[in-house]
Amino acid sequence: MNLWELLASLVNDHTVRTVALGTAGLGAVSGVLGAFAVLRRQSLLGDALSHAALPGVALAYMLTASKTPLVLMLGAGFTGFLAIGLFFIITRHTRIKEDASLGIVLSTFFGVGLLLLTYLQRNPDARQAGLNSFLFGQAAALLTRDLVTIAIFGGLALLVVFILWKEFKLLSFDRDFGSSLGFPMPGLDLLLTSLLVVVIVLGLQAVGVVLMSAMIVAPGAAARQWTDDLARMALLAAFFGALAGVSGALISSLGSGLSTGPVIVLCASAIVLVSLLLAPNRGLAWNAWRNWRSRSRLRGEAVLLDLYRMGAQHEDALQPHPVSALEAVSGARATQRSLQNLLARGLVQPGKNNWWALTEQGLAEAQRMEAALAADRDEQ
Amino acid sequence: MEQSLAIQISDLTVAYQEKAVLWDIDLDVPQGILMAIVGPNGAGKTTLLKAALGLLPIAAGQVAIFGKPYKEQRGLVSYVPQRGSVDWDFPTSVLDVVMMGNYGKLGWVRRPGAAERRAAEAALDKVGMSEYAQRQISQLSGGQQQRTFLARALVQDAQIYFMDEPFQGVDATTERAIVELLKELRASGKTVLAVHHDLQTVPEYFDWVTLLNIRRIASGPVDEVFTEDNLRATYGGRVSLLSSAPRKEAA
Repeated sequence: MNLWELLASLVNDHTVRTVALGTAGLGAVSGVLGAFAVLRRQSLLGDALSHAALPGVALAYMLTASKTPLVLMLGAGFTGFLAIGLFFIITRHTRIKEDASLGIVLSTFFGVGLLLLTYLQRNPDARQAGLNSFLFGQAAALLTRDLVTIAIFGGLALLVVFILWKEFKLLSFDRDFGSSLGFPMPGLDLLLTSLLVVVIVLGLQAVGVVLMSAMIVAPGAAARQWTDDLARMALLAAFFGALAGVSGALISSLGSGLSTGPVIVLCASAIVLVSLLLAPNRGLAWNAWRNWRSRSRLRGEAVLLDLYRMGAQHEDALQPHPVSALEAVSGARATQRSLQNLLARGLVQPGKNNWWALTEQGLAEAQRMEAALAADRDEQ
Repeated sequence: MEQSLAIQISDLTVAYQEKAVLWDIDLDVPQGILMAIVGPNGAGKTTLLKAALGLLPIAAGQVAIFGKPYKEQRGLVSYVPQRGSVDWDFPTSVLDVVMMGNYGKLGWVRRPGAAERRAAEAALDKVGMSEYAQRQISQLSGGQQQRTFLARALVQDAQIYFMDEPFQGVDATTERAIVELLKELRASGKTVLAVHHDLQTVPEYFDWVTLLNIRRIASGPVDEVFTEDNLRATYGGRVSLLSSAPRKEAA
């Protein structure tokens, strides 16, 4: 199957279309909520909440003997909220720090969840096979009614974020200031965290509890690389999430029993990797180039100043000096390259035998730099 | 000499898990003064501001703003948190941060519009940051961050300003600019309460001072209470700090 046929299956193949739409919607919603989670340093909270959903799924099944996703999701949501409550209680009433209490909540709930799952597995009732897919996700099992669930709850979550945009921004940037204005920050915090739980629960079926946190963190972290504006970051995170969802669903639809969850998460990771490397301003490649630029500029300025200070000892400031004198100060290779750069900017001119002199322009530039340095010293 | 009280704090006690961090504080702040709050690390200076603003649960006591509880007087009060209390890598611009000063008046859901934008631009102009309006906040120096916060406070157009270390980590130019701004605020009848660290500059920048170390050691006009005895009582035996504190030369 070539790429074109794969994309065509998005339109023609009902199953592929359903799965891709579901994971795209999921990715978009988790991207937006994840953008806030990343900015509020709550990535680990997302992880804890998704793991905490597992016992809820198992319990819901044990109590109702129903495999209906909505019922299982309600169970997942219930233990998710229970986990938030426990987390708040632990951090408020003990001396345990946030990261440690998240670790406690995560491992306790996940442990209970695994225990219940293995217990159910001994049960001859074969339906538990459906439950196991909550561990790593099974997007291929998404049905039209699941799309409706994702659309309704995901849409509601996005609507709340849109309506309370200003309040959530205040919460994320300057909570104390927000409180001083009279906004109930603990309530807003709980609301935003609850929306996160909703998104996580929506995603469990497709991505699974183990990797759902990646769907929260990855799009937001990638989006942060490309923009310095919160609204753009949220939109971009939604786009990245959707992109990861669709491409993951398509790749895993190629067959050979690949779980969709891991494939989607790998796609999201690829987006993060590209963003970390290549994004302008914040990307590693950009940083390396900028460092190199500023280093060579500084070296150039140093050589210019050296030349100026040598000249200052003579009556003619524009008098040429042997390159060896400059090299003694700055090193040979750096000096040659810097002189070529300065020459290109018209600040120095070569004489015979590799002697170099300031131009009028170079003299003015050096004097300006010297004055700026003196001003800096005064400021300190 | 009877002035109306901008802030009246009585019997204020704040505790973290049995340990009192503020004990039985009484503080009367008249309107139209610049008051420094000084004291050693852990004296409860920030806690005092936060407790007065209702950001922390208080164990006992009352805070009145122009005679009424803070909750009813929010519109009259502006809070400038410590510069280091927020993430300056947050994806937003200087103008956007300053516009947050309007959020209280806007209330729920309503977004800032053209009027709010103009107010923010005017405030930025006042702190000399006009050309930085569109700048991403991570590109600001410490002094520029502080000016941004002050602009946000100006937008609130409050009567009382609670400032947590407005001079912390700023350059000399910004420090002078902030002092000018504080004096302008006072001239227009506003009241400023600022946590301050540099004892040397207290007499120069402020006209009132509160010396705090869990308890209120002294509070009043600088030339009355900023004495070596009070400083010694506040800072304990750390004489090196005291010897540098100016007091002898009466202004």
